[in-house]
Amino acid sequence: MWLWFHKLASPPHAYRVLGKLAPWFGWPALATILLATWWGLVKAPADYQQGDAFRILYVHAPSAWMSMFIYVVMAIAAAVGLIWRIKLAHAAAAAAAPIGASFTFLALATGSIWGKPMWGTWWVWDARLTSELILLFLYLGYMALRSSFDDPQRADRASAVLAIVGVINVPIIHYSVEWWTTLHQPASVTKIDKPSIAIEMLYPLFIMIIGFQLYFGWAISRRLRGEILRRERNASWLKEAR
Amino acid sequence: MDLNEFFRMGGYAGYVWTSYGLTALVLLLNWSAARRREAQEQDSARRRSGTD
Repeated sequence: MWLWFHKLASPPHAYRVLGKLAPWFGWPALATILLATWWGLVKAPADYQQGDAFRILYVHAPSAWMSMFIYVVMAIAAAVGLIWRIKLAHAAAAAAAPIGASFTFLALATGSIWGKPMWGTWWVWDARLTSELILLFLYLGYMALRSSFDDPQRADRASAVLAIVGVINVPIIHYSVEWWTTLHQPASVTKIDKPSIAIEMLYPLFIMIIGFQLYFGWAISRRLRGEILRRERNASWLKEAR
Repeated sequence: MDLNEFFRMGGYAGYVWTSYGLTALVLLLNWSAARRREAQEQDSARRRSGTD
């Protein structure tokens, strides 16, 4: 098991495996996202209160979930890198950051676009929106901190600490709609008893989440390969690899 | 299905299409950025192994 793990975590091996893996994420991601888009825009019925504006849900909610999911992945990778001194884990955290930041931006932007017709305002400083904005700043701060070091090892360690401390924000985002009064609607899917949303409205949502997850799998594979190459610039295995 | 009706999105066309367009744009930008980055690193790795 440990032998296998060390082999997997060795840069040349990881580089090759990621290269093989990427298309297996990429093409299904494209197909799934297109299916979910068609389903969400065409097939799903309009909401009886929000009309067709509710269709923004199908890009907004999956983006918001991904923004938190990727942050947790990034923090775990950073922690693994810090504790066991695995460089590949630090590289994975660094590769995840820009993808997570993109989804956070999307969650904020599509939420704002949805808020205008429904709440009558683009933005309010309430708990859900503010904590999601802080998440964006955490991603951006993480990336800025990394790029401020010349020495990759120091960049790894310093940014890992920031990533791990920042993870406290994720449960705050999730529970913000319960802890504070906010304009944002409470969770309607992840409720313990049963979701308060019609099942035929849920399918495109789940399909879109799967699509975004696959997209993340593709994007992090590609970015991690670039990251490995950058870090291993003087290694001899590079001459043999394609 | 009436196409005009579809594009009108019950009067929310601007909001709905902007949201989906923005999502597509960000995903595509990410896609090309990741590819470009990887290709750049491959290039510079190839150049280095060629020169030394």
